Amino acid sequence: MPELPSITPELQIECEQPQPVVATHATKIESRHLDFFYGDNQALFDVSLAVPERSVTALIGPSGCGKSTFLRTLNRMNDIIEGTRHAGEVLLEGRDVYGKKVDVVALRKRVGMVFQKSTPFPKSIYENVAYGPRIHGVKDRKKLDEIVEKSLHRAALWKEVSHRLKDSAMALSGGQQQRLCIARALATDPEVLLMDEPASALDPASTARIEELIFELKEKYTIVIVTHNMQQASRVSDYTAFFYEGKLIERGGTEELFRTPEKQQTQDYITGRFG
Amino acid sequence: MSKLDHSSPSDLFQSGKKETRLFAYLCAAATWSSAAILVILLSAVAFKSWGWFDWQFLTSYDSRRPEKAGVFAGLIGTFWMISFTILFSVPIGVGAAIYLEEYAKDNWLSRLIRVNLSNLAGVPSIVYGILGVTLFVRMFGVFGEGGHLDSFIGWKVEELNFWGISISLPLGEVVLAGAMTMTLLVLPVIIIASQEALRGVPPSIRHASLALGASKWQTIRHQVLPAAIPGIMTGVILSISRAIGETAPLICLGIAAYVPFAPGGIDSPSALIEHPEGMLQAPFDYFTVIPIQIYNWALDHREAYKGLAAAGIAVLLLMLLFLNGIAITIRNYSNRHIRW
Amino acid sequence: MSLERPRTVEALKERLIEFSLFLCAFASVLTTVAIIFVLFSEAVFGLSGTAFFKEVSVTEFFTGKRWSPILKPQEFGVLPLIVGTLWVTGIAAVIGLPIGVLTAVYLSEYAQPRVRRIVKPFLELLAGIPTIVYGYFGLAIVTPYVIQPLFKDLLGFKVGTFNALAGGVVVGIMIIPMVSSLTEDALRAVPRSLREAGYALGSTKFDVVVRIVLPAAFSGVVSAFLLAISRAVGETMAVAIACGSMPNLTANPLEQIQTMTAYIVQASGGEAPPGTIEYQSIYAVGLTLFVMTLILNIVSQWVMLRFREVYQ
Repeated sequence: MPELPSITPELQIECEQPQPVVATHATKIESRHLDFFYGDNQALFDVSLAVPERSVTALIGPSGCGKSTFLRTLNRMNDIIEGTRHAGEVLLEGRDVYGKKVDVVALRKRVGMVFQKSTPFPKSIYENVAYGPRIHGVKDRKKLDEIVEKSLHRAALWKEVSHRLKDSAMALSGGQQQRLCIARALATDPEVLLMDEPASALDPASTARIEELIFELKEKYTIVIVTHNMQQASRVSDYTAFFYEGKLIERGGTEELFRTPEKQQTQDYITGRFG
Repeated sequence: MSKLDHSSPSDLFQSGKKETRLFAYLCAAATWSSAAILVILLSAVAFKSWGWFDWQFLTSYDSRRPEKAGVFAGLIGTFWMISFTILFSVPIGVGAAIYLEEYAKDNWLSRLIRVNLSNLAGVPSIVYGILGVTLFVRMFGVFGEGGHLDSFIGWKVEELNFWGISISLPLGEVVLAGAMTMTLLVLPVIIIASQEALRGVPPSIRHASLALGASKWQTIRHQVLPAAIPGIMTGVILSISRAIGETAPLICLGIAAYVPFAPGGIDSPSALIEHPEGMLQAPFDYFTVIPIQIYNWALDHREAYKGLAAAGIAVLLLMLLFLNGIAITIRNYSNRHIRW
Repeated sequence: MSLERPRTVEALKERLIEFSLFLCAFASVLTTVAIIFVLFSEAVFGLSGTAFFKEVSVTEFFTGKRWSPILKPQEFGVLPLIVGTLWVTGIAAVIGLPIGVLTAVYLSEYAQPRVRRIVKPFLELLAGIPTIVYGYFGLAIVTPYVIQPLFKDLLGFKVGTFNALAGGVVVGIMIIPMVSSLTEDALRAVPRSLREAGYALGSTKFDVVVRIVLPAAFSGVVSAFLLAISRAVGETMAVAIACGSMPNLTANPLEQIQTMTAYIVQASGGEAPPGTIEYQSIYAVGLTLFVMTLILNIVSQWVMLRFREVYQ
C-alpha cells in the first residue's frame, strides 16, 4: 500500500477497494488542505481526509490532537468561537461548506451533531425531538408526531419513553439522554452525523447500546465519530483516521490500520506507548 | 502572639487564645446586630402604626383630619406607575442584556456600554429625579405659555386632545413622567440581573440548538430565554420592589402628596366598567405614591401623623414582603426543577 | 438539497432583531449622556430658566460659606451642604464599615452554613428596606429613644429633633448589607492555599484572618468601602427626613444640617418656583453630587479590577 496521508482523497478510495465493505462507497464529505487557527494558534495543519458515504469513520488520537476541531469544521460549529479562521476547503458532496453564499443553518440541518456531554433542553422529551423540525418550518402536529416517533425509534429509545413523552428530558438517565440527543439530531433528517465522544460520559451498558445504535444508523447516515477509546473505534468504525499534533498522520480501513499501521506514531499510539 | 511557646505542652489542647475568641465573638456580635436592628425597626413600625393601619386607612384619600386620612391615592398611583415602569423597563432591559451576553463582540463599543452600565447603577437616585423633571415633566420648558415655542414662534401649545384624552404639554407630574423616570432608574439593575441569568444558561444548550440548524435568534428565543426566565423574573421583581420604595426622584419630579382622585377616574371596579376610556387617560393624570404620602406625614409635627406615616410604611413593607416572597419562591422552584 | 438556500428575508430579520437589541443596550449610554447634558447645560446655559453659573461664579459657589437660596440676601456657597454631606457620610462610615467588615469575616470565616442560611436573609431584607423607612426610623426612633437620652439627658448636650447624627446612624445601618456582601466576596476570593499556609505555620485563626486573609483581600475591601461611601453621599430620603433642612457649616453633629441631596429634595419639592435661580441651583448641586459619586465609583471599580487581576 502506498503512503496514505499524502495521496489525494480520490486515490485513497481506490486503495481501499480491496475491502469489501467500502467498495461501493462514494465520498460524502471531505477536507482538502485544511488549516485551522484559534487566534494565533494553529490547530490543524493541511488536513485532507475523505469520508465515505454510509459508513462510520472514527477519528482517534491523543487529547489536543485536533480531532474534535476537525469534526467541528465539518458543520462549522467552530464559527461560534470568536477569532477562528481556516484555510483550505471542506466539501459536502463537492460543494465548499465555507463558501461565501453558504447558509450555515442549511449546512447544519444536513450535517447533524451529537456532543460529548448529553445536552437535552430543559423541556419535555417530545419538545426536544420536535425542536429541530419546528425551527425548520414543520408546523403540522401530525407530521411532528410522526417525526418524533420515527426519530425515537431510530435512536432505539421509543420503547422506553413512548408512554411519557411529556416528561422532562432532564429526568432521563445519562444513556437515555444521549440517545435522546441522537434522536433529536436525526429528527432534522441529516445526511451526515457528527459524534464527539458520544459515549465517554456513560457507563459500559449504555455505551454498548450507543455503539449498537451507531452500527444500525450507518445503513442510512454517514457517521464521523471522535473517540478516545480505541476498542470503541475498532468495534464501530469502518475507517479510522489518526490525528497527532494537528496533523492527519494516517488513515485507512479500521481493521488494517489497527493490525498493520504504516507509521511509527500510529503504531506507538495504538499500542499504548503514548497518549 | 506568633512567638513559639514550647514551655507548656498543654498549649496543644487549648482551643484558642483570648484574642482569637474575643475576635470571633466580636464578628458574631456585629453580624447579629444587623438582625437585631431589623427586628427593632419592624417592631417600631408595628408599634407606631398600631390603631392607624386598618381598612379605612387603605380605602381613604388623604385628609386634613388624621383619623380620616388614608393611603388609597398612593396605592392606586403606585400601581399605575409601577405597571408602566414594568411595561417599559422589562423589554428594554432584557433586550439589552441579550445583546450584551449573546451578540456583543469584545470591542470598544460593548466595553463602553458595560462600563457605563456599572456606573449608571451607582448614580444617586435623586439625579434621575433631576433628569426626569427636566426631560419629562418640564420638557426643557419648550411648551406652554412663556416657553421657548411661545417666545420664538408664538406657539402656545398647552394641551393635546386625542379621542377625549387630554395630554398636557409639558407632561407635568403625571403617571407617565413618573414611570419613565423610574424606568431609567431601574434599567441598569434589570440589565445586570438579566445578564447574570443569561450567563447561567450553559453554553452547551446554545451549541446543541445551533447544531440542529437553528439560527441565533431562534436559539435565544426558544432555548436560552426560556431557561433564563426564572433568573430574569427574580431580578425584575427585586428591582421593581426597589422602585416601589423609591421616593427621592419622585419628590424631585414634584409629585404632590395630596391627590384626592384616582388616575383616569378609576377608583373602583365599577368605575372601570362604566368608564373604560379612563384607562387611556390614566397615564396622563396626576397621581401620588405611597412613599410620598409617608414622607409628607413623617415631616408633620403633629404626633398623629407619625402614626399615619408608620401605617403607610407598614403597607409599603407588606407589599415588598409579598414581592420578595414571590421572588424567593421562583428562585427555589427553579433551583429544584432545573439542574444542568 | 442545496447549501445556498436563499434566506434573505430571514437573514434580514435576524439583522433587524440584533439591531433593535443593540438599541436597547445603547439606551443605557443615552441615559448617561442625558444626565450629563441636563445637569451641565441647565447649570451653565440654563435651557429652561436662569443659567445658574452665569449668576453665581464657580469660585463663589465652591468657596462661599453660606447657602441661602430663598431668604434674602441670596447666597450660594455650597460648602455648608458639602459639610453636611460629609458629616452624614463620615458617621455612616464609622458605623457601617466596621460592622460590615466584621459581618463579612464572620460569614466567610467563622459561621456554620446553618447560621449563614439564617443570617443572610436578614441582611437581604435590611438591604431591601426603602430608604424612606430608614429616615422615619431615624426621626421617630433613633433621635428620641437613643440620641436624646444619651447626649441630652445623660451628657447634657443640646439635641434637636433633626440632627446629623441620627441621619448618619441610619445611613450607616443602611450600608451594612452592601459592605458585608461585597467584602465577603473579596474574602472568598482569597485562595484556600494561603489560609492553609498560615495554619501550617502554626497560626491561630485570628492570625490567619487578620494577618493573612484581610491583607490579601485589602483592595477588594477598599473597593467595597468606596462603593458604600458613594452610596452614603448620594443617599437622600433618610437624611432629608432625619437630618433636617438647615444648611449649616457646623462642627457639631447634634445640630440640624442639610446635605446636598436633601437640598435638592427641598428645592424641587415645591419650595422654589421653577425657572428662578433658586430652582436652577438644583442643577449645580446635582452636578457636584454626580461628579463626586462618579469619581468614587470609578476609583472603586479600578481598585476592584486590580484586585481581580491578582486572584483570578
